[in-house]
Amino acid sequence: MLDPVDRRILVASQDGLPLRVEPFAELARALGLPQAELLNRPRRLRERGVIRRIAAVPNHYRLGFLANAMTVWDVDDREVSRLGPEVGALPFVSHCYRRPRRPPDWPYNLFAMVHGRSRAETEGRRAEIAALLGSACRASDVLYSTRILKKSGLRLAPEPPAPSETSACSA
Amino acid sequence: MRNGHLDPIDRAIVAALQRGVPIVERPFAELAASLETTEEAIVARLARLIHTGAVGRFAPMLDAEKLGGAVILCAMAVPAERFEDVAARLAAMPEVAHNYERAHRFNMWFVLAVERPELIPATIARIEAETGLEVVDLPKLEEYRLELVLPV
Repeated sequence: MLDPVDRRILVASQDGLPLRVEPFAELARALGLPQAELLNRPRRLRERGVIRRIAAVPNHYRLGFLANAMTVWDVDDREVSRLGPEVGALPFVSHCYRRPRRPPDWPYNLFAMVHGRSRAETEGRRAEIAALLGSACRASDVLYSTRILKKSGLRLAPEPPAPSETSACSA
Repeated sequence: MRNGHLDPIDRAIVAALQRGVPIVERPFAELAASLETTEEAIVARLARLIHTGAVGRFAPMLDAEKLGGAVILCAMAVPAERFEDVAARLAAMPEVAHNYERAHRFNMWFVLAVERPELIPATIARIEAETGLEVVDLPKLEEYRLELVLPV
């Protein structure tokens, strides 16, 4: 859980840190907090893993990655936990998860995001995954992203969400 | 220079900043030294990269699960004539962290990220009620890789 000061800091920075040489000092001034708090609290949140990192979020398309695909695979349940980490270790795979199948519409249980500069490059990479999976894979598909509709990440509310039973009368 | 064009220094900045900065008073100092430029120049370029859309934002990347919350991938098959309306509804919902159009019968893929796990079924139920469409929920069962860094 976040204490109220941590929440204030994250709410104030989640759309972007001040674009300054000393962004944390600037944020401390804006929030009326001691400068040391604006270093110590984010550091503690990073140690806890709440903050993964403080970073720029690139737009794949604008960086020349024009063929961004979710590749999906129907992999033998007895093999998927062994093969998943091997797929995840491929340098061109950015995310890789096992997820439930939803038959009959969705038979795939392994998801690997692949980014390429062209469809030809991405298809070549998809073929590498297929070769790695071999006969453990029964079927596969590829879903190219055609538009980013939203990319905001987790949004923190200024106040913590109330437990659902009492949300209407938390005041 | 075209407004949106990335020169090699821009690329080096994006490559470094997507990996993250140290939490110190002057987080751009090391990068400025390694690129033989100034912190002011890094900040000015970062501001331009954000302005032109090459970088979405420069901010803390949060882990919803470590906060006690939850994340889930969902898919919907949205009829073409309703696609923009449904996309706008989801864009307006703070629980929707990402949403992508994909070339497939399941043409809308979105991620819900919430501070309390019980908000996931409630949010899915609300989306289904508001759109009249079925949401296919695909929670992660195992994570084999989460590496958001691209070779720029």
